[in-house]
Amino acid sequence: MACQDCDLLCRKRPLRVGEKARCARCGALLYARKPNSIERTLTLALSALILFVLANAYPLLDFRFQGQTLEISVISGVWELYAREMWVLAAVVFVVSILAPLLKILALLYVLLPLWLDRQPWRMARVFRWIETLHPWAMTEVYLLGVLVAYVKLSDIATIVPGVALYAFAMLIVAMAATDATLEPETIWECLETQR
Amino acid sequence: MNRVPPLSAARAALVRCHACHLLSRMQAPPPGGRVLCPRCGAALHQRKPDSLARAWALTLTACILYIPANTLPIMTVVSMGYGEPSTILSGVQTLIVAGMWPLALVVFIASVAVPVLKLLALIYLLVSVRRKSRWRPRDRTVLYRITESVGRWSMVDVFMIAILAALVKLGSIATIEPGAGALAFAAVVVFTMLAAMSFDPRLIWDAMENPDER
Repeated sequence: MACQDCDLLCRKRPLRVGEKARCARCGALLYARKPNSIERTLTLALSALILFVLANAYPLLDFRFQGQTLEISVISGVWELYAREMWVLAAVVFVVSILAPLLKILALLYVLLPLWLDRQPWRMARVFRWIETLHPWAMTEVYLLGVLVAYVKLSDIATIVPGVALYAFAMLIVAMAATDATLEPETIWECLETQR
Repeated sequence: MNRVPPLSAARAALVRCHACHLLSRMQAPPPGGRVLCPRCGAALHQRKPDSLARAWALTLTACILYIPANTLPIMTVVSMGYGEPSTILSGVQTLIVAGMWPLALVVFIASVAVPVLKLLALIYLLVSVRRKSRWRPRDRTVLYRITESVGRWSMVDVFMIAILAALVKLGSIATIEPGAGALAFAAVVVFTMLAAMSFDPRLIWDAMENPDER
């Protein structure tokens, strides 16, 4: 195999569970062997999907001011930007906070569920490639930091009660980070090879 | 291992699939066509195509957009009929004045330090590859990895504006109008991310292997 960062040819050797192979020249992580990668990632992706639904169905923050209550959710922020004709900005926020994470979770489930049942999903290579393309654009954790900054800024003016979605969002970040940690792309690609 | 001169896949006439990482033998593409990976069907390239030209174009675009991103207001807080435009830097300043030091630090790092350092890192990497520099390739590769992974955090301010904008329904008390600066700023983040993705770190190492071709 060759290193993705410096193109050095390396001999691939079997690893024990929990071991990682790094490039001898530039130190890039080449591959790792993780325990029950497919099962664990599948479980985590399922929890991520449930949390994603919760995070988007409920309000993030309850804003209370002089008897008025306003619920802010992920989509209402996007909607207000769109309503003010800032549609490019609305589109960017929509893609990186809602669309990319959702597609990433769905693509993971689409690939992993059949593999777990020893079947080859249709167009697996293409869908699995999307996951890597989507990865940098799914900015769930950055979004949460943005919410927290807004929360602190507003807490001077009014009473803000964190909503269900805020907790779901925080859990979603943990679940998505955990899928990244348990997913072993090398193993998935090898599944493709053996099933062809 | 170390006594053998390092051999890159490119010199061994092998090409690594950017998607599924399979090594395959390099082939000349058919006229007008592309060589596809035998395992996953992705187009095969020895290096990312036009890596330097694309990365330069995207980096320069981001540099130009960085000016309106900082001079135009990212939002205007209108309260009691009086509007107060705020830019990225004045937003940090407001937080410092209000005594919210930790928050000011977070916003400063995400919105000021990261974009500037990222643009400088990209320009430095591009110049060093152009000049076929042989200086500390491993550190430059690490610099690239950091540049690629840290850029997304600059979106914090954009998301904050999206949340604040949702407060519009409290119209009578205060409204927050997102400004053109926010759009320019989001564009800077997106373009630097695209630039980092189109830069191929293997170009750093190519200069190490061809000492004669300097």
